[in-house]
Amino acid sequence: MLLNQFLVLSAVLFCTGVYGVIARRNGVLVLMSVELILNAVNINFVAFAYWHGDVSGQVFALFVITVAAAEVGIGLAIVLLIYRNRSSIDLGQMEQLRG
Amino acid sequence: MLENVWVIPAIPFATFWGILFFGKRLPHKGAELGIGALSLCFALSLVTGAAWIDRVDNPPVSDHTTEQATEHATGGSEIDGTEHAQVAGGDSGTGIGVLGAAAIEEAEEHIAVDAVVQQWTWWQNGGIEFTVGTMVDGLTAMMLLVVTVVSLLVHIYSTDYVGGDRRYTHFFAFLSLFSASMLMLVMAENTLQMIVGWELVGLCSFVLIGHWWEEKPNSDAALKAFLTNRVGDIGMLIGVITLFFAANQTWSIVEINSMANAGQISHTALLVASLCLTAAVMSKSGQFFLHTWLPDAMAGPTPVSALIHAATMVVAGVFMVARLYGVFWDGFSIGTSNINVLAVVGGFTTIVGGVLAFVQADIKKVLAYSTISQLGYMVMALGVGAWTAGLFHLFTHAFFKACLFLGSGSVSHAVHSFDMVKDMGGMRKWMPHTFRTFMIGSIALAGIPPLAGFWSKDEILAGASQLGGGGDGYPVVLVMGFITAGLTAAYMTRCVYLTFFGEYRGHTPVEKLHESGPRITLPLWILAGLAIVAGLANLPGDSIVPDGWALRFEHFVEPTGAYFPAISHPHFSGLTALVSIAVAGLGVAIGYAFYFRQLGPHGLTQRSTVAKAGYTFLENRYYLDHLYTGVIAGGTKGPIARAAYWTNQNIIDGIVNGVGISARRIGLWVYDKIDQGIVDGTVNGLGLGAGAGGEVLRETQTGRVQQYASVLFGSTLVLALVIALVIV
Repeated sequence: MLLNQFLVLSAVLFCTGVYGVIARRNGVLVLMSVELILNAVNINFVAFAYWHGDVSGQVFALFVITVAAAEVGIGLAIVLLIYRNRSSIDLGQMEQLRG
Repeated sequence: MLENVWVIPAIPFATFWGILFFGKRLPHKGAELGIGALSLCFALSLVTGAAWIDRVDNPPVSDHTTEQATEHATGGSEIDGTEHAQVAGGDSGTGIGVLGAAAIEEAEEHIAVDAVVQQWTWWQNGGIEFTVGTMVDGLTAMMLLVVTVVSLLVHIYSTDYVGGDRRYTHFFAFLSLFSASMLMLVMAENTLQMIVGWELVGLCSFVLIGHWWEEKPNSDAALKAFLTNRVGDIGMLIGVITLFFAANQTWSIVEINSMANAGQISHTALLVASLCLTAAVMSKSGQFFLHTWLPDAMAGPTPVSALIHAATMVVAGVFMVARLYGVFWDGFSIGTSNINVLAVVGGFTTIVGGVLAFVQADIKKVLAYSTISQLGYMVMALGVGAWTAGLFHLFTHAFFKACLFLGSGSVSHAVHSFDMVKDMGGMRKWMPHTFRTFMIGSIALAGIPPLAGFWSKDEILAGASQLGGGGDGYPVVLVMGFITAGLTAAYMTRCVYLTFFGEYRGHTPVEKLHESGPRITLPLWILAGLAIVAGLANLPGDSIVPDGWALRFEHFVEPTGAYFPAISHPHFSGLTALVSIAVAGLGVAIGYAFYFRQLGPHGLTQRSTVAKAGYTFLENRYYLDHLYTGVIAGGTKGPIARAAYWTNQNIIDGIVNGVGISARRIGLWVYDKIDQGIVDGTVNGLGLGAGAGGEVLRETQTGRVQQYASVLFGSTLVLALVIALVIV
């Protein structure tokens, strides 16, 4: 297999994720898009690790997955609290911190 | 002990602070601290004295010492070859000594024993090292003993004499400080340290004279003592500085003396230094014409007069001359001249003081003028080259004069006055102990053998008749000495008569008169005992008494190192002794006839205008006080005051006003231009700039997370492109 194919997949996933983070209004979908970005990076890690014959990239990917799980947990909790307070998770309305 | 004598002054210095801070809370109000400290000091001084005697008897052998010994022996034999042969071992007159060393000493009698010098660097500045330290030789050991003995007895005496005084604790604190200063002075290793001690004892004298400062005469007397001493202190400073530069920039007493003896300092420099230092001696040791403060200093409590103004502080000047004797020896050509400044000052002072003692009604003033007269004797002895005799007189005088002063205090304790003419008379009936001790002191002072005063005075007179250039003696000074011997005997007869004999003239009821308590009579008896035996410390040589008994004082006290000039010693002269006894006897006889038998021209001062004028002249103390306060001070203070006022109005005020006005102008300019313009402008500008910047930047803070994210990704993209273009 070529390294190219993994990199292309990873780039597609990354762009999808970035689009989701910037464009979607739903907080849960934004979090999911963040997951896509992280997983795009993971693919890169694993692909390069395989290509170099070095296991450290794979270990790094495992750590990223672990941290991502924690991040999602906190993120969903925040979204839940926002929903309870405002009955909406539309990020477009969230501009209380406007300068 | 010779290396660690610094502890001796350290002890009373510590108790000074102890008494000052805790004295009032102690059961005896601080007196016990002072007495304890001085007892300890006395014991340590005895140990020091014994250690020194041991060092003289068993000198440390080294090449250095032998070399000096030869040198000294040669110098000595040029003048008097047989002199040192009389100095041979045995017991000392002071009672602490090593017996049976005579045989060994015969062989080693020319071994020079150097002083034990310890020094520590105090600070260094510009390559000059300032040291503090101790220097112990026979002179120091002798002074330590005198100071601690008299000081201890005065402490004991004072517990009764100033008992119940409102500043009792304060009094003892300053007695401690005085003892510390005086002990420090006598063991000073360099001239600077000597000045420090010199000024400290002056300060203590000032404080203690003014002990009862609420009465104006007392504080005036304290000021007078202090200011008169300042006059001489200027001489001291100039003299020491001259010596410092003349002696190749050293403060060390040993080095200065050694260089002076070796002829490495020019005679002119030594003469200038000696003259300046003589001024210091004249003020501190009450020499004519700066003696006027000493009689006034009797305003202080009597124990202070005994300790400071008779036995110890006033002999500081004599001590200083003795310490720097190499300088004076060469500076005044003492060994080769037949007249010099020091001898004349001393000789003149003895007569001046002795004459004035006749017209005093106050018993303490009689003793004060007597002290001046006896100090004159000591200075005279040093002036004629009779070093040992001068210091021996210092030694004996300390005991009998302290005894006399304390005795006068004891009498005044009973009659509450010092006026012999109005308040005393016939006191021997009520005060037997005081009477007997006072008589012993008077006989010792008058120079009647075998009491102490005779021996020391006789040696001075022998020195004045035999020393000097060509062995011709100092004839002028010798005559002065003999006149004073007669005067001393006569005025002491008058003093004793007015105080203890005749009818009681006082106002205190007779039934209230009583002898003083044991704390007063015990020191009196100890001092009287010392006044009797102290003379035995230096019995004349020439095989009149066994060699082991003769000239002990000279043997142990007189320095033999290279720092001491090669002085010669007078022989005991039967003629001089006989004349001195005869003159003293004549003095007593005239005094006895005039006062006890009421013979002679009584009332002459009322009848004869010449005698009356003379009496008035004496009563006004030669008009010296008028000269100082009226003519010198009055004549200078007017013009000085006017000049000072003019300077003040025109120059100082001008400068001050000018400075003020220009400061105000500069201030206004600074406020206007710098403060308002630059400083405020900068601050305001920064504030406004920050505000405007904030206004611009706040537009970016929309609060929308997704906008932030797009900025983040956009910038990352730009960064990635830059890296890709630049690096790849």
